[in-house]
Amino acid sequence: MSLERRKERIDRCIKAVTDDIFCICSLREVAYLVFPRMLPIVGVLLLAFFVPPYWKKVLVITFMMTMMALSWDFMTSCGLISLGQALFFAVGGYSAGSLNHYLGLPFYLSIPLGTLMGATISTLLIFPALRLRGIYFSMVTLIIPLMLLRVVEVTKIMGGTEGLTALAPLPPIVYTLAISMIAMWLTFFGLRRFINSDYGLIFMALKDNDRAVEAAGLNIVWFKVQAVFIGSGICSFCGAFMTHYYMSVGMSAFALDLSLFPIASSVVGGMGTIAGPLLGALLLGPLSEALRSFGTFRIVIYAALLAGFTTALPEGIFHYLARKYHQIERWVEVPSGVSED
Amino acid sequence: MLVYGFINGTIYALIALGFSITFGVSRVANFAHGGLYILGGALTWYSLVKLGLPYFLSAILAVVAVGFLGALIYRVLLIRLRGLELSEVITTFAVGIAILELLRSMGLMGYEYRLPLFVEGSVDIFGVPVGIQRIIIVVVGAALLLALYLFVHHTKVGLAFRGVAQEEHTALSVGINPDRVSLLSLSIGSMICVISAVFILPLGTISVDDGYDVLIKALAVCIIGGLESTIGVIAASFIIGYIEVLTATYISSSYTMVVALASMLFILLVKPSGLFGKSKEIEERV
Repeated sequence: MSLERRKERIDRCIKAVTDDIFCICSLREVAYLVFPRMLPIVGVLLLAFFVPPYWKKVLVITFMMTMMALSWDFMTSCGLISLGQALFFAVGGYSAGSLNHYLGLPFYLSIPLGTLMGATISTLLIFPALRLRGIYFSMVTLIIPLMLLRVVEVTKIMGGTEGLTALAPLPPIVYTLAISMIAMWLTFFGLRRFINSDYGLIFMALKDNDRAVEAAGLNIVWFKVQAVFIGSGICSFCGAFMTHYYMSVGMSAFALDLSLFPIASSVVGGMGTIAGPLLGALLLGPLSEALRSFGTFRIVIYAALLAGFTTALPEGIFHYLARKYHQIERWVEVPSGVSED
Repeated sequence: MLVYGFINGTIYALIALGFSITFGVSRVANFAHGGLYILGGALTWYSLVKLGLPYFLSAILAVVAVGFLGALIYRVLLIRLRGLELSEVITTFAVGIAILELLRSMGLMGYEYRLPLFVEGSVDIFGVPVGIQRIIIVVVGAALLLALYLFVHHTKVGLAFRGVAQEEHTALSVGINPDRVSLLSLSIGSMICVISAVFILPLGTISVDDGYDVLIKALAVCIIGGLESTIGVIAASFIIGYIEVLTATYISSSYTMVVALASMLFILLVKPSGLFGKSKEIEERV
C-alpha cells in the first residue's frame, strides 16, 4: 500500500491571536507583529551607515533600483506590464541632465523638475499604447525605449552617443545616501497606502476586471494615464537622481539591465505585494554588484533567475517567508483513495 | 527602389511569420524569438566553420536543434504557466535575453561571424542590380508561406492547429491535445525563425544586437498587421518594408528604424486593433 502524504499548513496560535484586537495584549504579540516590519527598516539604516564607503555607493544604486522595482510592481498591479522601465529612467535622467546642462539649474531644482518633466514626457510617449491590454502593451513598452535610443543616436540631440557630461554633483555621500533612503521608504509606504485607499482600489481593479471599472462609469484610459504617471514619475526620479550621482547621462540609461532588474527583483521577491519587490531588490542589488566582474554574463544570471523563479517559485520569496513565519507545516497521511492536487 | 522595398518586405514577413504562428495558435507571445534567431545563425556558423560540415547540412542541423529547443522551452517552462499571460511574457523574455547575452559573453561579436552567401553575384531586375541572395530570400519566403498554407489547411496536425487557435476547449473535446499542439506550434515557430535566419543572415554579420532588432521588428510587424491574421502580417511587412526603403532613399538610412517604429505608434493611436484586426481581437486587445 502506498503511503500518500500531503503537507498540512496551520496558522500559528500567535498569528490567530494577533489578527485581532488582542494583538496589544502582551509584549510578545506586539513583538511578533512589529519584528518583521522593523527588521528591514532598521537593518537598512544600520547597514547604510556602517558599511565601507565603496558599499555605500552600491547602496545608493540599490535604493534607486528598489524604487524602480516598486514602480514596476505598482504598474503591474494596475495591469500595465511594462518591459521597458528603462524608458522612464532614461527620460527622467535626460530631463534632469538637460535642465542642468542647458539651463544651469542646481541639482535641488533639476531633480524635482526633471522628475515631473520625465513623468509627463513618458506618459505622453506611452499614451498611444494605453488602450492596449496585457501582452500587447508589453510589446509596445519593449519597443519604445529602443526607438528613442535610435532617435538620440541618429539626431545627436542631447549629446548623441556621448551623452551629457560634467553635470552638477550631489552633496557628500552621507547626504546622498540619506536622501536616497528616505526617497525609497517614502515610495514604499506611499504606494502601500495609496493602493489600500479607495482611490487606489480602482487602480487594482484595472488589472482584475477593467470592464467592471468601465461599467462603473469610470474612464479606464484616464486611470491608466494616472498609473503610468505615478509609475514613470518614480522611475524618472531615479533617473534624475542617478544622472546627478554619476554626473553624466548617456545612452546606457536605455540599457536593458534597467528594464530587466525591476522585473527580476519583483519576480524574485513576489509580485503584486509591494513588499516583495523591495525585498527582492535589496537582495539582488548587492548581488549584481558582486557579480560585476562577470560582465554581460550578469544579465544571463538575472535572466536565468527570472525564468527559474517564475516557473519554480512563482509566489516569490516574500510569500514564502511570510508563510513560514505565520504557519506551521507538517506532513500528514492522506487516506488512500483521496488525492489532492 | 520598388524592388528593394519588395525584398525588404519579404524579409520582414519571414521574421514575423515564426512569431505570429506561435502566437496565433498557442497564445504564447514568444519573446525569445530574437534569441532563437541569432542562436540559429550562430549554430549554423559553428557547424559550418568550426566543424566543417556542408552548408546545407549545418543549416538543417541548426533548424532541428532550435526547433527542439523551442519544444523544450514549452515542455519545461511554459507548460506550467499556461494562461498566466504575465508569467509567460516574463519567462520567454528572460529566456531570449539569456540566450542572447550568453552568446555575447561567449564572444559572438565581430566581422568573422558571418555566413557566406549561397550564390555570389547579382542580376538586373527592371534595371536594378539585385543580389542573388535576396532573390533566394524572396523565393524562400514565398515557398515557406505556401508550405505553411498547405500545412495548416490540408494536414491533420495543421487542422488541429487551427482548431486550437479558434477554440481551445472545443478542440480538447474532439480529442486534440492543446498542450501538444502548442508545443508543436512553438517548435515550428522556432524552426521558421531559424530558416529565415539562415537565409537572411548572410546579408550581414551575426551580431547579438541584431537579435533584439529582430524581436522588435517581428513585434512591430505583428502589432501593425493585427497579430492573428497572417494576411495582416504579410501586408504589414510590405508596408514597413516600403516605408523603410522610402525613408532610406529620401531622408537618411539611419532613420529607417525610427520612422518604422513611429508609424507603428501612429497606427496604434488611430486603430488599436491593427490594420487587419477584427472585432474579436478588439475585445482582447483594447
